[in-house]
Amino acid sequence: MSKSATSEATSSGSFEASARLRRRHRAERRFQAACITALSIAGAFLVLFFSDMIRTGYSAFLQTEVQVEIEYPQPEEYWLAIDSDMRDFVSRGFTRQLPRMLKANPELIGQTRTEWVLAKADVDQFRKGHEDALDPEVAERARALEDAGRLRFSFNHWLFTQGDSKLPELAGLKSAIVGSIYVLALTLAFAFPIGVMTAVYLEEFAPDNRFTQAIEININNLAAVPSILFGLLGLAIFINFFGVPRSSAIAGGLTLGLMTLPIIIISTRAALRAVPHAIREGALAMGATRWQTVRDHVLPMSLPGILTGTIIGLAQAMGETAPLLLIGMIAYIPDAPGSLTEAATVLPAQIFTWAGMPEQAYVSRTAAAILILLAVLIALNATAVYLRRRFERRW
Amino acid sequence: MTPYFNSATADGARREEPETKRAEPRADDAPAHEADAKPIKGKVRKLNLFYGDTQALFDINLDLVERQVTALIGPSGCGKSSFLRCLNRMNDLVPSVRVEGDVIIDGQDIYARSVDVVQLRARIGMVFQKPNPFPKSIYENIAYAPRIHGLARNRSEMDELVEHALRRAGLWKEVADRLDTPGTALSGGQQQRLCIARAVAVNPELILMDEPASALDPVATATIEELIAELRRNYTIVIVTHNLQQAARVANYTAFFHLGRLVEYGETETMFVNPREKKTEDYITGRFG
Repeated sequence: MSKSATSEATSSGSFEASARLRRRHRAERRFQAACITALSIAGAFLVLFFSDMIRTGYSAFLQTEVQVEIEYPQPEEYWLAIDSDMRDFVSRGFTRQLPRMLKANPELIGQTRTEWVLAKADVDQFRKGHEDALDPEVAERARALEDAGRLRFSFNHWLFTQGDSKLPELAGLKSAIVGSIYVLALTLAFAFPIGVMTAVYLEEFAPDNRFTQAIEININNLAAVPSILFGLLGLAIFINFFGVPRSSAIAGGLTLGLMTLPIIIISTRAALRAVPHAIREGALAMGATRWQTVRDHVLPMSLPGILTGTIIGLAQAMGETAPLLLIGMIAYIPDAPGSLTEAATVLPAQIFTWAGMPEQAYVSRTAAAILILLAVLIALNATAVYLRRRFERRW
Repeated sequence: MTPYFNSATADGARREEPETKRAEPRADDAPAHEADAKPIKGKVRKLNLFYGDTQALFDINLDLVERQVTALIGPSGCGKSSFLRCLNRMNDLVPSVRVEGDVIIDGQDIYARSVDVVQLRARIGMVFQKPNPFPKSIYENIAYAPRIHGLARNRSEMDELVEHALRRAGLWKEVADRLDTPGTALSGGQQQRLCIARAVAVNPELILMDEPASALDPVATATIEELIAELRRNYTIVIVTHNLQQAARVANYTAFFHLGRLVEYGETETMFVNPREKKTEDYITGRFG
């Protein structure tokens, strides 16, 4: 290597790294290290969050059942079905539904059967490691039952087949899931056509003047408006002005639709803008009208982008709670809504409600509900990625 | 060629010839070549083009001879592409554009109020600098324009039309067995010929080409040039080119534009061998450009 300092950097004639080049390499390594650190921190938080949720929530997917002898009584005396010493273990939810069951199957009356029935939440919690969930005397008997093999865990199907309940062991997500489906379907039906048509008009037809520029700026600003304000808007417009029923899926769907609209418009415009101008020129130059150009060439090419944006908007609406506070969708809704105008709740609202409950059993149910919500959101986003991959490279 | 081509539009165009000729008594703005009495397809008179406040074209007078190739040459930014786009009113798409003067094609002023641009563009084909096939099958690329204009009554007529257009563009032999494959999967030169076939499919009065070979390799360029020479038998072609040799090879007439003005217009041979203007000579001999 040359000794001359001036020629070192460039014209030393050697291919060995000079001091200056080594410094450049070191700077690159430092920058990469910083990036990897940032990535690790983000990854660590994600892992921490998921592991905590799974640790807290997995137990909610199992529920204790107890084996008891049932002497089916007359429907009016349903509480006699369970021996008094077993009443500490059997869920009141079970005895409450007996009259209906006996009316449906009268031949059961007078029979005695041994069956596995839903246990009380306290017993369930006791078996899941919360020793203080039961009084010492009851705990003793629970251990005896356990030893006799009369307590077992089974898959918690109640979580999916029951609506909300004040009895923790009976509290399920059915009404929230049905409510979420209704609300999302309405959001999509409301925001997708309006959003896409607005974007197509602004991008393909509208003249570029002060007025359309003002509209554009306002739409971009709307996307940044705190979601709770959309709740106020929904309350003022849909409920107070148009008289849509409070707490209903239709009020929620329209409100979340308002919130999703700017996201759909912005992503649709981006997707339209990504279509090469040459395609439009090609179609127009052969005498296609502007609408034919858009319908036959521009929209098909931008569809993956439009769908991706829409799904991401829907996923956001799906996880939204704040605007629903204001239109009364955060409420105790034990029964799944049968129509769009009945009182409904949605998954994140159910999580919010359960998170405020004092009983221990609701803690794991809250975590389980969060896991279910996350699973749905991941499924939605995976669909978006799939659609993009599937249609983008089609030709 | 195939009998298919004796269609109403092509015949109609020829019948209008006398009328077109009648409308040129003014000697002052008549270009030099008019004396040889060739049928005129299009006439441009006192054409001025403005982008906002900037004038891009100044008083252009030019006649397009039927079934001949007219090349527009000149340095970048001289207005030749803008001029080409006046002929099918693609400039209308640019906001703030203003056109003054007359462009008369087959005796009809295309800037007249009664003219519908959609109808106009259906009769004037255009081929762009970069091949821009639709991301659809080869068949669909050709069939699209005839379909929107209702030129085929059924599937077999459309098949015939597609085959005819592809044959005209010299692409049929290469793609006949894979019409369902995407047009974008073809090579660059094939894509450009597909775009030419697409333009030919509606049997246009006039084909405009905006540097059709500038994005292609020399072999593909040669194929395109042969194709243009072939198409000349049936169509009037206006081609913008940066390549002077190309203009010399394919064009019957050449127009030299400079700074938005038409400097010289005449038969290609005369212009390249014996240019009237000093500026033309300078450009052709490579002294600027």
